[in-house]
Amino acid sequence: MCEKDLVIVGAGPAGMAAAISAYESGVRDILLLERDQYLGGILNQCIHTGFGLTYFKENLTGPEYAHRFIKKINAIKEIEVSLKSFAVHLTNENVLTYIKPGALEKIKAKAVIMATGARERTREMVHIPGTRPAGIFSAGLAQKLINIEGLLPGREVVIIGSGDIGLIMARRFILEGAKVKAVIEIQKQSRGLTRNVVQCVEDFGVPFYLSHRIAKIHGKNRVEKVDVVRVDEHLHEVADSMFSIECDTVLISVGLIPENELIEMAGAVIDKKTNTPVAQEINKTSIPGLFVCGNSFKIYDLVDSVSKDSIHAGYQAAEYIRGLG
Amino acid sequence: MIKKITCIECPQGCALSVDIENCRVVKVAGEKCPKGKDYAISEVENPQRILTSAVIGVGLSLKMIPVRTDKPIPKERILEAAGEIRKIKVARAVKSGEIIATNILGLRVNLIVTRDCS
Ligand SMILES: Cc1cc2nc3c(=O)[nH]c(=O)nc-3n(C[C@H](O)[C@H](O)[C@H](O)COP(=O)(O)OP(=O)(O)OC[C@H]3O[C@@H](n4cnc5c(N)ncnc54)[C@H](O)[C@@H]3O)c2cc1C
Repeated sequence: MCEKDLVIVGAGPAGMAAAISAYESGVRDILLLERDQYLGGILNQCIHTGFGLTYFKENLTGPEYAHRFIKKINAIKEIEVSLKSFAVHLTNENVLTYIKPGALEKIKAKAVIMATGARERTREMVHIPGTRPAGIFSAGLAQKLINIEGLLPGREVVIIGSGDIGLIMARRFILEGAKVKAVIEIQKQSRGLTRNVVQCVEDFGVPFYLSHRIAKIHGKNRVEKVDVVRVDEHLHEVADSMFSIECDTVLISVGLIPENELIEMAGAVIDKKTNTPVAQEINKTSIPGLFVCGNSFKIYDLVDSVSKDSIHAGYQAAEYIRGLG
Repeated sequence: MIKKITCIECPQGCALSVDIENCRVVKVAGEKCPKGKDYAISEVENPQRILTSAVIGVGLSLKMIPVRTDKPIPKERILEAAGEIRKIKVARAVKSGEIIATNILGLRVNLIVTRDCS
């Protein structure tokens, strides 16, 4: 079994910032694992602007924000980057197993930082009745299909939930020539940033239904229409308020949930409601030498805060390793 | 006339009250930094947006290459510009920051790549 001072899992903004910060705090033997074939994480598919306003005092796109960190990572030879490397197992003694093309590797680390990000909440978590035709996507998946794969998932779209990714995708579909027929939010106000409501919805005159919810999705093979109802302040359906919207695609944008299966597997205490580690201090877990940062520690609205938090995690891991002597 | 708008220069989203006379801004209130006033004037007198999109890569490491305009363009030209951008294909390696199309719609705005692609 191979040994390392520090292993970091995930090379999104969190993992990259943690690696650079650990290096700057004196760690010289760092392995950065990423399951994708590129560094950058989710930022690669977030091609819109709005990143870096507080961290760099500039208005960058996701890939531009990532690029600044990628350049730094590539310049530090003590940070070994392993792409297409998927962490699959972790113990409470920081023994980590990962798969990469043609190999299964096991490694013992003095400290591990998990920076595995978040995944999207799904339709199953929000209970939308109706059939299960084709044409229902999570907003982040649609973002990946359009911005990375170059595929347009639909022509007439209804978006459920007003999280930032959903709002951003409203504009993205419109710019690609599709029609966005409605954004539907059960709460009285948008969940997303005002700037996204203005630039992505109001700019294009997309109907934005607050205090409304989807009652049913119709369609045999492909989505055909959705039924929408108004809700009162207790989120109960208002009688006779139902109307239908024809569409071929439904996007679901109801938030993110931290990705923490590996630390749970290792036996770290997890808050089941938020899926985040329980510990006395920020970025720590109940297991010594196991740290978590970025969206897997807590869902951050802004990547700028992810970078800040992760720099702290890199520093903490370096302190921990130094303490071991 | 007083118009309420939200500043979108940064995530704080300051609620601005803009006093408008004859389509011109005469007074701005509610901003927490100087960007607020500039934003209010531009948003009322000539609303502009940076346009971001992605263009097709032919025979390259990326299927889609993300792009942006290097300057904001008038809001009412966004859809037209997006239509132009959809026609662009890139068949050579490009670096983040490189210009791939100039003077979009004659607006003196260039299209730049936002991710390295080999
Ligand atoms: C679909 C989506 C869209 C978003 N859009 C925006 C937006 O428009 N604006 C904004 O400010 N924020 C957005 N966010 C929030 C964004 O996630 C954060 O701002 C930031 O990118 C989080 O950084 P991170 O490094 O924690 O996570 P990520 O960027 O998700 O990076 C996590 C990385 O870990 C890797 N990984 C995960 N598990 C493993 C494993 N077991 N082994 C190896 N590697 C692994 C993943 O491949 C990924 O590269 C979005 C989030 C999502 C999920």
